[in-house]
Amino acid sequence: MIRIRRVHVLVAALAVALCVPAAGVSSGKGLPTAIGKGEGQLNLIAWEGYTQPQWVKPFEKATGCQVHAKYAGSSDEMVTLMRQGGGSQYDMVSASGDASLRLIYGKDVQPMNPNLIPGYKDFIPALQSPPHNTINGVHYGISLQWGPNTLLYNTQKVKPAPTSWASIYSPKFKGKVTVPDNPIQIADAALYLSKAKPSLAITDPYELNQTQFNAAIALLKQQKPLIKKYWALASDEIDLFKNGDAVIGASWPYQTNTLIAAKVPVKDLIPKEGATGWADTWMLSAHAKHPNCAYMWTAWVSTPKVQAEQAIYFGETPANIKACPIMNKLAPGSAAQYHCGASASYFNSIKFWKTPIAACGNGKSNCMDYTQWQQAWTQLKG
Amino acid sequence: MEQRSTRIALATWSALVVLFLWIPLALIMIYAFNKSNVQSWPIAGFTTHWFHVAWSSTDVRSALWLSVRVALVATATAILLGSAAAFAVARFAFFGREAVSFLLVLPIALPGIVTGMALNSFFIAGHITVSMWTIVIGHATFCVVIVYNNVLARLRRSSASLLEASQDLGADGLQTFRFVVWPVLSTALVAGGLLAFALSFDEVVVTFFTAGAQNTLPLLIFGYIRLGQQLPVVNAIAFAMILLTVIPVVLAQRLMRDTGVLRRGATAAVVTK
Amino acid sequence: MRAARLRVSGLFWRHPWAKALLLLAPPLLAFALVYLAALVALFVSSFWSVNPFTTEIQHIWNLGNYRTLWDSSAYRTIALRTIGIAAVVTLTDALLAFPLGYFMARIASGRSRAFIFVAVLLPLWSSYLIRVYIWRLILDNDGVLNWTLRKVGLPAPNIGYSNWAVWLIFAYVWLPFMVLPVYGALERIPESFVEASRDLGASGLTTFRRVILPLALPGVIAGSIFTFSLTLGDYVTPLLAGGASSQFIGNVVYESVGISNNVPFAAAFAAVPLAVMGVYLLIARRMGAFEAM
Repeated sequence: MIRIRRVHVLVAALAVALCVPAAGVSSGKGLPTAIGKGEGQLNLIAWEGYTQPQWVKPFEKATGCQVHAKYAGSSDEMVTLMRQGGGSQYDMVSASGDASLRLIYGKDVQPMNPNLIPGYKDFIPALQSPPHNTINGVHYGISLQWGPNTLLYNTQKVKPAPTSWASIYSPKFKGKVTVPDNPIQIADAALYLSKAKPSLAITDPYELNQTQFNAAIALLKQQKPLIKKYWALASDEIDLFKNGDAVIGASWPYQTNTLIAAKVPVKDLIPKEGATGWADTWMLSAHAKHPNCAYMWTAWVSTPKVQAEQAIYFGETPANIKACPIMNKLAPGSAAQYHCGASASYFNSIKFWKTPIAACGNGKSNCMDYTQWQQAWTQLKG
Repeated sequence: MEQRSTRIALATWSALVVLFLWIPLALIMIYAFNKSNVQSWPIAGFTTHWFHVAWSSTDVRSALWLSVRVALVATATAILLGSAAAFAVARFAFFGREAVSFLLVLPIALPGIVTGMALNSFFIAGHITVSMWTIVIGHATFCVVIVYNNVLARLRRSSASLLEASQDLGADGLQTFRFVVWPVLSTALVAGGLLAFALSFDEVVVTFFTAGAQNTLPLLIFGYIRLGQQLPVVNAIAFAMILLTVIPVVLAQRLMRDTGVLRRGATAAVVTK
Repeated sequence: MRAARLRVSGLFWRHPWAKALLLLAPPLLAFALVYLAALVALFVSSFWSVNPFTTEIQHIWNLGNYRTLWDSSAYRTIALRTIGIAAVVTLTDALLAFPLGYFMARIASGRSRAFIFVAVLLPLWSSYLIRVYIWRLILDNDGVLNWTLRKVGLPAPNIGYSNWAVWLIFAYVWLPFMVLPVYGALERIPESFVEASRDLGASGLTTFRRVILPLALPGVIAGSIFTFSLTLGDYVTPLLAGGASSQFIGNVVYESVGISNNVPFAAAFAAVPLAVMGVYLLIARRMGAFEAM
């Protein structure tokens, strides 16, 4: 158990780094003040559906930057890919909140100048300098899109319609439940417990002490016999619902959109306990070989039109408010459906993914760190 | 000869096994025409749209081209190294001959994940940037053994005395190779080369650990499968590949038959060593 | 020119070791420099550890990875599941392939033999990923298999997303790798051996048991090397077609490398199939399987 103890020390050290602003992070000096000539190429790590030909092709045509995208299935995978081969393989990554801080403190990404991104000034205020990509006023990347993880169910098989996350933990749908194969799923269990078992006093599903963490794991263990499959790929869940292997599960809106387009009777909702969610940022590798193309790409995906196209394709909410009317033009009603230009209170009701670290928000440092989350998840799946 | 009932039972069993192998392939071909991009049974409707999409996609083309290049280079490397090793092992008795055999078989006998992991740590330790060439290295390791096995089997069936006779009759090494060795060997090389090419072309596990930002065809297909939006495209590609590969497979079968590998009883007469 | 060439040939003839060296040096050097070095690098790195936040490898020698593997019942279960299913897949393929190989080698006419040969080889050329994926569609709840059985009024087996599915798909995708060496071994048995056995008064069954089976065994073992090791090292089939408890060693390794960037731990777990195959290969070589590959 020597190994674990060293992990504790390290994470504690990192926690100190997090509390002392800008320690270990380079300050915003030396930012480019103009975008230079394109390098002809751009290598991206992206979520599935973030680099669709619909907006990549016009970009390539306009800038001459040939886009090569690699899809990653989880934040962990993104971090790993960014570090592969000394970090010079990829120029940018569409990191979610639980990857962005790890990338910043791992010195894998470099600061970016938001003044070079015309769409930036139209972002909702909450995403201009969010804590997951801006440290002490230094912007490590430009926000992109955000959205909640939803509860997806088959409207013909699940009656009455569910209102609570309790339904994915209830034996009523034994063998017909699916949840993501991702350690961050522990936070979903914690979020449910924060309402279902107030005695545990969970305030933040990413900051769990040993007791709270054990309760979440116990809940997931009890859920395991109900699970048909832990889905690893978006298409897994689509197939499961389409072919009747699953009738209820945790999902992204992307799957809902695809299933509805295929005329499967499904619906998704944010249950009464609230939801976890993601807020994504395009981040620039510290060793990027094509920084000019990277800036051009970031500027391109921040324009209202591309923001709207991506929002509708994936089923998420654009950072740029000006995208809302375009969304409605492309798909009537979609702006309201995805809370485009949402109020601060709606935005704040979503518990965005972040990396669990030993330092709890309350000043104590007895929380379970992400390594422990990963180990617990692997052992849970067995 | 076997009894009639045994023969019928064996024939039925064989037919069932062939059906087991082929029903899924037939389904792949049916799904290629599925109108919906979400797969279910029976298919939603008939369309040839996906063939058009696959044909005109630059992603598919560049992945296909990369796969072809990797497979060609890996196969060429394998033919050179594999046949050299096979010659040495077949013709010479030397200390450690068994060990060489064992060593060469390792990449195909060890699980792909071990080979992939090993090369991955090797590239990281050596600060080698992953590229097309690292994929080639990964594939060549297990392609060598395919060619090696084919050539070695052929050499063991042909007689070493033929070479001696050739030299006794005054031929030099090149002539012996041209008129004695090559005719015996060429078909084994083609058969081994085809199999090596196929294995490289379809490899996923080792490729995952040795590829960087670029996609080979299997990696692209894996990406399509996980995205789930363009699955019929994947089926369309598979459909085209099944049709295209009938040619090399039939060719390989002909070659092996013509040289006696597939002719019962013929081998016994050829084996001299 | 010709004289020179003859001299060279003569030299090689008199000094066979020179030619052997010339032939062996390139492949062996390439192997030693890349493959063996890589295997050693893998083994060495399994004794290192990783900084959990930066995921940088720390070059401190320790047995922590192996201890984690040994202490956790989850990893033991995964290892046993992997080896167990690999063994069952191998057995299934041998049972499916032997009668087929026998039919091809000893009964089928030339034409039908060629047909079966092509029919067995062709699936190898169509994408492995797609073949796995199509099985998932077949075994789905509303998939082809359940649909067909329901149509004819039989109960639906419902084995989609389970270890049954993983077993069946592995047996399917690796079957050609078993058929080819088994057929090769059966085909190499000289007819005269069988005739001699019969002339000496052995019954068909005895001939099969005492002559054909022992001579075909190296072929079966050669095939089993493929089916066993391919199953041992795969992660795609469990990932796509497995259920809630279908993790293989390959999946943990894949996730450790591709997702949590913990190469040392992955290397330690990869040492398990490495050791298993090492023992298997030594036994296989004793039984002459390498000649039949």
